[in-house]
Amino acid sequence: MKRFTSLMLAVVLGATLLAGCGGNSAGSGDTLKIGGIGPVTGGAAVYGNAVKNGAQIAVDEINAAGGINGVKIEYKFEDDEHDAEKAVNAYNTLKDWNMQILMGTVTSAPCVAVTEKTKEDNVFQLTPSGSSVPCTQYDNAFRICFSDPNQGIASAQYIGQNNVASKVAVIYDSSDVYSSGIYEKFAAEAPNQGIEIVAAEAFTADNKTDFTTQIQKAKDAGAELVFLPIYYQEATLILSQANTMGFAPIFFGCDGLDGILGVENFDTSLAEGVMLLTPFAADAKDDLTAKFVKTYQEKYGEVPNQFAADAYDAIYVIKAAAEKAGVKADMDASAICEAMKTAMTQISVDGLTGAGMTWTSDGEVNKAPKAVVIKDGVYVAL
Amino acid sequence: MSFLNYFINGLSLGSVYAIIALGYTMVYGIAKMLNFAHGDVIMIGGFAVYVCTSSLGMHPLIAVLISIVVCTVLGITIEKVAYKPLRKASPLAVLITAIGVSYFLQNLALIIFKSDTKLFTSVISIPLISLADGKLVITGETIVTIIACLIIMVILTLFIKKTKAGQAMLAVSEDKEAAELMGVNVNRTISLTFAIGSGLAAIAGVLLCSAYPTLNPYTGSMPGIKAFVAAVFGGIGSIPGALVGGLLLGIIENLSKAYISSQMADAIVFSVLIIVLLVKPTGLMGKKMSEKV
Repeated sequence: MKRFTSLMLAVVLGATLLAGCGGNSAGSGDTLKIGGIGPVTGGAAVYGNAVKNGAQIAVDEINAAGGINGVKIEYKFEDDEHDAEKAVNAYNTLKDWNMQILMGTVTSAPCVAVTEKTKEDNVFQLTPSGSSVPCTQYDNAFRICFSDPNQGIASAQYIGQNNVASKVAVIYDSSDVYSSGIYEKFAAEAPNQGIEIVAAEAFTADNKTDFTTQIQKAKDAGAELVFLPIYYQEATLILSQANTMGFAPIFFGCDGLDGILGVENFDTSLAEGVMLLTPFAADAKDDLTAKFVKTYQEKYGEVPNQFAADAYDAIYVIKAAAEKAGVKADMDASAICEAMKTAMTQISVDGLTGAGMTWTSDGEVNKAPKAVVIKDGVYVAL
Repeated sequence: MSFLNYFINGLSLGSVYAIIALGYTMVYGIAKMLNFAHGDVIMIGGFAVYVCTSSLGMHPLIAVLISIVVCTVLGITIEKVAYKPLRKASPLAVLITAIGVSYFLQNLALIIFKSDTKLFTSVISIPLISLADGKLVITGETIVTIIACLIIMVILTLFIKKTKAGQAMLAVSEDKEAAELMGVNVNRTISLTFAIGSGLAAIAGVLLCSAYPTLNPYTGSMPGIKAFVAAVFGGIGSIPGALVGGLLLGIIENLSKAYISSQMADAIVFSVLIIVLLVKPTGLMGKKMSEKV
């Protein structure tokens, strides 16, 4: 019996392997396959879903208008749960699907892992929101959002130039490349802006439920503003624990806080007055934003956040670069990558997250920073 | 005043560790195995309450009782299915099985509840106490956690000292074969231990999730490891040791976060453990038992 079972297992295993080989034929030729990767479930699910949906809107619009160079886009999105290992698995799944261009990944740590793979395979990668420096360390990778250093510097400049506060405490995740990256640049820029950092408190991924000690230290140090370069999940806990402790400074965050209003069961009144640095405000009056917000609401029943806007822009940037580079559907991923990476530095795109966006060959975008504040449960542009 | 705040927060965290550590220490004392799935039973307890209160709209107290029942049944089942067949196997095999059960529970929760972190609504409705113009704040959760920890400790000590089943546990922990010869039903005693340990895990889960209101399939793993450390710290197998170890661990963790470095807190906690074990290998309150061959 035992022998029979192992024999069966061996047969099944062999069959699976063979089935895996079958799918690996080269480019199908009639569509351009763009893959996306991001956390559709898990702690950062708000971002992944926003990117998935925002990009879908752009893909639908482009396909309705005739596609890129007359070729329709085929778009497929894989979940990574904001986990580097799962992101690489998702990338491999997309590769088996014959992906030609990668729009992703959404969060920094998985993005860094996937960048190693796209470099190896020479696949063009455009991340809408992977903001840590190594996300675009190779010449095949570009981004729509600001890098972490830029966010940290821009936050310090915004706080200093608008006299928001002079005594600042920081609570950051030292085990996360995104969070510590912003913190370091913020701390370096703060003295230039007349900001005194009165407390710099860290936490780690293994210890991120109890923030009472960090909040207490910020409170004792007399902080007027608490800078939170972290993701919204932990921020909800910090806001509620600070509220319990009777500590009410200004809270200021970066794009990681975007999505805080969408957390299930969260008392959004706690987020009242929270400021965040973001390139996109859904209440902006320009035509492009109004049209995007309207379509998004009709399709997905909620107001889009900046991640949705980043992703929407990302698809249009891919379109602009692909047209500039003369990409054809039957080109393989590596040839597309070679053509696109030159084209990226030559295009200028007007998008939701900035006008006249241009790129340098190191993957960084040039555009102006903006901030929003949460008022009556919605983001309001400052 | 800040010191008191840090201290009380540490005490509250330590109480949760202590309740979890009790589960580890009892199972180790009696079955001589490390039940690494204990932390995940806590997570299941948290989810049981979450489902009862958020989805089914039950009263929190009923939800807690249901959660205790769920975890107790789960604990007994795990013991029967995964550990009992290995009663005669090497301790290493049992340890690996326990790690397997731990992953099984995490992945089961991942499939059922998805990996999104849920915001847990506290089941404790005692208002917070604010002293000295709001400089010293003690939450209802802190008070309940500390009191619950003390009550559990007293009841458990009485149970072991005064009841027949408790005496049987003591006997099994000292010498399984001799206890069997004296007519103690070893299997039933071990099952009972798992039942009690898992019931306590449910309570710990509720208190943990109420104090730090998030819940996901990995919620139990880190507190589980910390509580295991607390149990070793206090002397594994010793019930007062679990209490002392848990409380000290919570307090050391919070004070080192406050006065040394918020980033190094965990490293400091583990260094203290190493130093204690170097000086006193059986833990703070552990008894040295000579092994009979």
